Amino acid sequence: MSLIYEARWVLLEGALNTIIITLAASLLAGAMAFSAGLARLSSIAAVRCIALVYIEVFRGVALLVQLFWMFFVLPFFDIHLEPITTAILAIGLCNGAYGAEIVRSAISAVPRGQREAACALNYTRLQTLWRIVVPQAIPMMLPPFGNLMIELLKVTALVSLITVHDLSFQALTLQQTTMQTAAPFTAVLVGYFLIALVITGIFRLAERRAGVGLDRGGLR
Amino acid sequence: MPFDFEFAKSILPHLLEASVITIAATFVSFAIALVIGLFLALGLRSRFALVRRGIWGATQFIRSTPLLVQLYFLFFVLPEIGITMPPFLTGVIGLGAHYSCYIAEVYRAGLESVPKGQWEAAVALNYGRSRAMTEIILPQAIPPMIPVLANYMITMFKDTPVMASITVIELMQTANIIASERFLYVEPMTLVGLIFLALSLVASFGVRLIEGRLVR
Repeated sequence: MSLIYEARWVLLEGALNTIIITLAASLLAGAMAFSAGLARLSSIAAVRCIALVYIEVFRGVALLVQLFWMFFVLPFFDIHLEPITTAILAIGLCNGAYGAEIVRSAISAVPRGQREAACALNYTRLQTLWRIVVPQAIPMMLPPFGNLMIELLKVTALVSLITVHDLSFQALTLQQTTMQTAAPFTAVLVGYFLIALVITGIFRLAERRAGVGLDRGGLR
Repeated sequence: MPFDFEFAKSILPHLLEASVITIAATFVSFAIALVIGLFLALGLRSRFALVRRGIWGATQFIRSTPLLVQLYFLFFVLPEIGITMPPFLTGVIGLGAHYSCYIAEVYRAGLESVPKGQWEAAVALNYGRSRAMTEIILPQAIPPMIPVLANYMITMFKDTPVMASITVIELMQTANIIASERFLYVEPMTLVGLIFLALSLVASFGVRLIEGRLVR
């Protein structure tokens, strides 16, 4: 325990980096999920096709491979990114592809009648989407998005392999400098667990708020 | 810097050889996950609240912490308490244990999806507990689980590169070694990506076929 106390700043720095990467990558993933998920439902075939290729490629390749590809290969094309930027990009793009399927299925689960009613009320397509369909789809997306964010938090551990000083990296550093194994790794596992609990809690709250005023008692 | 096809062609056999290890790791860890998952699922239905709560808490913990750190834990801590294993074994046990927590949930959902009336009918027809389970419940519970389990196997396949961090020389690590020897990263890394893409596309196509069969 004293080891953990002495190393608290090292661990906190790691936790901070893990949280920063998780948040930034989640924002990117959310943006990608919405654009690709909506693009999958577009009436233009080319747009659907591009979204499909993005989703299949980023879901089909192991994240670590994507991370290494961006870290090692992009410099050969004269694209030089900070390791943390690479980390956020790779994790955001990969999880965005998973999120796109969540967005697509939630949007398609909104009853057709809602669109027809909006059409009858003379809403434009864009208005229908943003005022009618998306607000009803969001409560359906929240639980799977909560799970996805936990998965995202977990995969941020991989960024330690491209030299980013996150929680996992600090655990390995502590293991090498103190020759202790159980203490640093247990501390870091608990750290991830606590962050995951916070994420779960936030999503629970959001789900409760999003459920307000919806005529869907049996949603969950 | 262009893509050197000659170089790519020369390293492709090595990479394909290494993907056999990746595929083997996937199958072995999936088998481990199926078995541990079964025990967890049984534990989650235990009569003792302490067992249920304990297992539930442990699965939640494993599910919300990174596989990488769990592998480090096994790799560094086990030898200290006198258990030494080859890295491959540590890797498949770690990956299997991690996913067993998800698979336990699949078993639970599968069993719960069988209507209660089926149990009652089995009781009414004087079936014993184990015969009701093997002849009535499981034949209905297992088919819907298969595509879900297969999808987890694909997910596990995409997590095998994490084993490279505990010195397992699988596909990713082989590419890494080739790349760092000659400092040529474009071809090995791209090829690894393409191999992963090809294998997981084929696998998910297979899952869709199985799914179609089962739905019929």
